[in-house]
Amino acid sequence: MYKLTYKQYFDALKEGKLLGLKCNDCGSYTAPPKLCCDKCGSTSTEVVSLSGKGVIKTFTVIRVSPEGYEAPYIVAMAELEEGPWLMGNLINVDPDKAKMDNIIGKKVTVSAKILPKMNYTPDEGVTPAFVIAE
Amino acid sequence: MRKVAVMGVGMTKFGPTEKSQVELFAEAAMEAINTSNIKPKDVQALFLGNGLGDFEEGQLNLAGFCANELGLPPETTAMRFEGACASASIAIRNAFLLVASGAYDIVVAGGTERALSMGTSLATRTFAMGTDSKYEEFSGLTFPGVFAMLAHLYADKYNVPLPKLKERMAMVAVKNHKNGAKNPLAQFQKEITVETVLKGFVVADPLQLFDCCPFSDGAAAVIVTTDEIAKKHVEKPVYILGAGQGSAGSLCRQKDYTIMPSRIASAKQAYKMAGVEPKDIDVAEVHDCFTIAEIVLLENLGLFEFGTASEAVEKGETEIGGKIAVNPSGGLKAKGHPVGATGAAQVYEIVKQLRGECGARQVENAKIGMTDTLGGDAGSIVNLIFGI
Ligand SMILES: [Zn+2]
Repeated sequence: MYKLTYKQYFDALKEGKLLGLKCNDCGSYTAPPKLCCDKCGSTSTEVVSLSGKGVIKTFTVIRVSPEGYEAPYIVAMAELEEGPWLMGNLINVDPDKAKMDNIIGKKVTVSAKILPKMNYTPDEGVTPAFVIAE
Repeated sequence: MRKVAVMGVGMTKFGPTEKSQVELFAEAAMEAINTSNIKPKDVQALFLGNGLGDFEEGQLNLAGFCANELGLPPETTAMRFEGACASASIAIRNAFLLVASGAYDIVVAGGTERALSMGTSLATRTFAMGTDSKYEEFSGLTFPGVFAMLAHLYADKYNVPLPKLKERMAMVAVKNHKNGAKNPLAQFQKEITVETVLKGFVVADPLQLFDCCPFSDGAAAVIVTTDEIAKKHVEKPVYILGAGQGSAGSLCRQKDYTIMPSRIASAKQAYKMAGVEPKDIDVAEVHDCFTIAEIVLLENLGLFEFGTASEAVEKGETEIGGKIAVNPSGGLKAKGHPVGATGAAQVYEIVKQLRGECGARQVENAKIGMTDTLGGDAGSIVNLIFGI
């Protein structure tokens, strides 16, 4: 039933390929993947490669981190060229220099960051890593 | 559907405790039972909100233990409801629906939590489990982080300079601490100033310590029953006029979450069922887990226009005596936020407000009250509307 599971999505991301789903009914893109089109709910979708390019919409610098993570680091959301937003880490900016005017609206490319298996996770973790392109 | 009322209510003091989650809940529930002038054996079902008991005490399946602790008979239905911070509100909404439908006549509903037992690092991790554990948690996202990003989105979208927005956010904390100082059950009963907030250490840019609600222990419970039974047992029943609940997926799929469709949908259901409009609400207990959260939710509930709530806060429109009294209890910010109990504590306050029993923090002439509880990053939202 699944065109693209989270495991397949992460395996591709680890190799530098950002995959998503394109809806055969409404034409919109869904990423990260789920069972149906995020816009219209259709299950008639196909797996496509996304450009991996986007723009930062918002961010924060985490200074009090959860168990297993070391602060400070930047968490950001980027809007991809195809429309979906992704949550990830912005990795090429010094957290102490991150301000709204030098982050929001900046163009980024998407790569992957891999985390070892932790307590209460079924396997290793993969998260999008954003790099400001300009 | 039968007309449904809340009879007695009960709540422990919020803050550090040496009691177990079962003991906390039993204390709140017994107060609710006693002030309803009923006996434990009259209760047919126990609906328990609990977020993280598994991590706090290594305890699953809490509801049965709570029922037994209270001396409820073996035929009692006892269930835990989990929707992160909205757990107790989900429990109360289900009590409302099942009493309305005729399945039960008397239900004790509420929640319990002992988050302080985990310490900051594990608590931050387990709270973050309310975000998407596949697609978001591996970024190291925390709950302060979710609302920190919301503050940046809000400032950018509505062109409010960040220092201005931060000052207005600080005023939310100042107001809620001012109210909390008049609430003997609040975790913090101390007034603060805008400077206190702006001097705090940064938790997640741009949120500082006093922009964030605390980790808390505590419990609250209410007795949900029919109009007829309530009138026989208590002088001032408070009626549940409307209830709504919405859902949503990962934050990234919600995109610009200054607008939360799950919250808008939930509130719309509640207003429609109650036959009221936002302008009819006199008092609201809402989910101010972070200062920016209160600003954004006021807009999503339709109490203020989009993009205007931060200014309304600055003008004092959300104070007791303002256009609408928001969080007279002190809110999550000052009263405390024992996750699984929070929704029940909101209902506790609204019931007491509508009965006119809130002393120094009483909202004068309060006739219609509303609660708003957010679970996770808008994955579960519940709104309840009450009247007398
Ligand atoms: Zn579609």
